[in-house]
Amino acid sequence: MNTDLQIDAGGKLQHLLTIEGLPPELLLRILDTARSFVSVAEREVKKVPLLRGKAIFNLFFEPSTRTRTTFEIAAKRLSADVVNLNIATSSQTKGETLLDTVANLTAMHADMFIVRHGESGAAHLIARNVGPHIHVINAGDGRHAHPTQALLDMFTIRHYKGGFNGLRVAIVGDILHSRVARSEIHALTTLGVPEVRVIGPRTLLPRQVQNLGVHVFHDMESGLKDVDVVIMLRLQHERMNGALLPSAGEFFKSYGLTPEKLARAKPDAIVMHPGPMNRGVEIDSAVADGRQSVILPQVTFGIAVRMAVMGILAGN
Amino acid sequence: MNIQIRNGRLVDPATDHEHTQDLFIADGRIAAVGVAPPAYKADRVLNASGLVVSLGLVDLSARLREPGLEYKATLESEMEAAVAGGVTSLVCPPDTDPPLDEPGLVEMLKFRARSLDQARVYPLGALTQGLKGERLTEMAELHDAGCVAFGQPGATMTDNQVLMRSMEYATTFGFAVWLRPQDATLSHGGVAHDGEVATRLGLAGIPVCAETVALSAILILARETGARLHLCRLSSAEGVEMVREAKRAGMAITSDVSAHHVHFSDRDIGYFDSNCNLIPPLRDIRDRDALRMGLIDGTIDAICSDHTPVDDDAKQLPFAEAEPGATGLELLLPLTLKWGREVGVSLAAALARVTTHPLRVLGLPVPSIAPGEIADLCVFDPEAWWRIEPGVLHSQGKNTPMLGMELQGRVRYTLVGGSIVFDTPS
Repeated sequence: MNTDLQIDAGGKLQHLLTIEGLPPELLLRILDTARSFVSVAEREVKKVPLLRGKAIFNLFFEPSTRTRTTFEIAAKRLSADVVNLNIATSSQTKGETLLDTVANLTAMHADMFIVRHGESGAAHLIARNVGPHIHVINAGDGRHAHPTQALLDMFTIRHYKGGFNGLRVAIVGDILHSRVARSEIHALTTLGVPEVRVIGPRTLLPRQVQNLGVHVFHDMESGLKDVDVVIMLRLQHERMNGALLPSAGEFFKSYGLTPEKLARAKPDAIVMHPGPMNRGVEIDSAVADGRQSVILPQVTFGIAVRMAVMGILAGN
Repeated sequence: MNIQIRNGRLVDPATDHEHTQDLFIADGRIAAVGVAPPAYKADRVLNASGLVVSLGLVDLSARLREPGLEYKATLESEMEAAVAGGVTSLVCPPDTDPPLDEPGLVEMLKFRARSLDQARVYPLGALTQGLKGERLTEMAELHDAGCVAFGQPGATMTDNQVLMRSMEYATTFGFAVWLRPQDATLSHGGVAHDGEVATRLGLAGIPVCAETVALSAILILARETGARLHLCRLSSAEGVEMVREAKRAGMAITSDVSAHHVHFSDRDIGYFDSNCNLIPPLRDIRDRDALRMGLIDGTIDAICSDHTPVDDDAKQLPFAEAEPGATGLELLLPLTLKWGREVGVSLAAALARVTTHPLRVLGLPVPSIAPGEIADLCVFDPEAWWRIEPGVLHSQGKNTPMLGMELQGRVRYTLVGGSIVFDTPS
C-alpha cells in the first residue's frame, strides 16, 4: 500500500510520506540532486526556475518555524509560489475536517502540499484523497515520520563521512515520541549503515524497536563507544516531569551529551540535532557549539534537500 | 403461514447431525422433518437444494446505534442487516446515547425492535449509571424491562470497589455480568496493539497487560462474589490462557471473541487503514492464532460480530482520531465458516459458535432442528463467494477491514418465528 502510494506505476516518486519502503537508489538520487542545489545558495541570485508557476501550499496543522521556513525558502529558490497556512489557528478550530480543508485548497489549484500534522498517518490520508496531479510531502506526522529531516541528516552524514559504509550511528533520547528517529532508522538501514544504535531509558523506547534493525542501549557509556555519528533528539517539555521521566536534570545526567560522554565516540565523530535544542537537557552547550557539532550545517543542507525533493516530485 | 424448505442440508449443532431432508413449518414452529404432517399444505416452498439449513445466528454484540446515534445507523437499517446476515437474535450492548441505564429506554428499544418484526433483540443493561463506573443501575427494574444481563464496556470501570459491588448486587438477583477486560490506565491514550506495527507507525500502544491486569481483577472478584461472568472480546494469547486456567479451575464463566479478531492482526493496519481501528485492538498473529485455538478447545464459547457501524466522516480521519469499530452483522456467518474451514472443524461445530453456544451464554433454551421447536432459521449457500463492497451491505456501516475481499457463504433466507424476514432471489 505504501509503495503504491509513494511511487507511481512508472516508478516515479509521487509523494514523499515515509522513508520506509523507498529503494536506496532513490534516496541517493535525492541526495545527489541536493548536492547540486547547495551551490544555488552561494550565488548572487539564489533562484532557479524549476518550479516557476507552481503553487505550493505549506499546510501546517501543528506549529513549526524552522521546518516551515526551510520549505518556504526551498520552494522560493525553485521559483514556486508559496502559500503558508497555519491551520492550527484557522479552519480546524472552526470544525472543518482535514479532508475538507484539503479539498478546498485543491480547488485553489494547488500543485503540492507540504503537510505537518500532530497525528500519525495524516499525510497518508491526504495523499490517498488528492488528485493524481498533486504531490504531498510529509513534513512530520505525529510520531510516525519526518522523511525530509532524515534525508537532510543523511546528506549531512554523507558530506562529513563520505558515505554510509562501515559507520556506527547512535540516536539518543526520546525515541518513543520521535518521528525523526523513526525516519532516520529507516534511512540509515536502507542506505547500508551496518550498525544503528538507539540509546535511551526504557520509558522512552518503543516496544520491539529492535525489530526495526537497531541495537538497543540504555547507557551512554557503552552506547556511544566508537560511534561515528551521534544524533541527539529533542526532549519535549511535557515529557520531562511525569511518569516517563522524573526530571530534566536527571535526564541530562544520564543521557545529556557532554564533552565527557562524547569522548567515548570516535575522535572524529560528528554531533547532530534536528532542532530546536534544549541546552542543558539533552545537550551541553560545550558540545552544541563545539568543533564536532554540525547542527548549523544541517539547517543549511536542509534547504538543498527540500529543493531536491520538490524538484524530483515535480518531475524535473 | 406454512413454509416448506425443500431438500436442504439440515446441519444441527445441537445434535451434530447432518442430513438432507425437507423441513415443514407451521404456526411459527417446525412441524415436521422429512415427511409432511397429515393434511399439510405449503403456502410457500423454498428450494434449498445445495443450501444449508441452520438454526438462526445469535449475535452476542451488535450495536444498533439507537437511541442517540441515528446518524451512524438506524434500527431499521441494522435490523435489516441482521436478518440479511442470518442473525435471528442479537444482544444490543448498552453503549448507546444515552446508555441503556433506564427501564424506559430499554422498553422503547424493545418496542421499536418488535414493531420491525425482524430479529429478536436482547438488550444488555448498563451495569452502572451512565456507564460511568460509579453508581449501580436499577438492575431488577431493567431486567423486568427486558435486559438479559448487565455489562460495562472496557476501560470505563476504574473503581474495583464499584466493580465488586456491582457483581454482588447482580448476583443477588441471579443476573449475569458481562465485562470486556481492559484496564483504563494501562490503555490510556492507546489506539493500537503495543507491538512492532505501532512502533513502526508511531501509534500509541495498548499493551497486552491492559487486558491481563483487568482480567485478573475481574476473575478474582468473580470468584469472591460468585458472579455469573461473561467475558467479552478477548484479544490476547495471554488473556485466552488466563480464561482457560480459570475454566479448568472450575469457574462458571463464558467468553466470546469478535469475528474480525479471529481473522485479522495488527499487520492488517498496513499504512493507517482506519477500518482496522477496533476495540479491543487487533493484536499480533500469535494472539490471533491463540484466539482461533481458544475457540476450538472451548475456552472461548462464541464468536460475535461486535457490529459497530461507523459513518464515513468518522473513519476518514488520521488513524488515532478515527472512530473505532467495524460493521459485522452480515459478515458473522462467512467469517465463522472461514474459521471453521481453516482450523478444520465440522460445519456443525463452526455453526455452534454462532448459534447454540451464544444461546447457552445467554441462558436461553437451546433448540435443535426438530419438530416442535421455534422456527428461527438461517438458510445459506455455503459455497457462494461474494465480494464485500459498500453496495452489498444492508448495514449503514460500510466500515470493515474485509472491504474489497471475497468471502464464502451467503445467506439466502432467514426465518424468525416461522416468517420469512429475509429472502433473496437465487
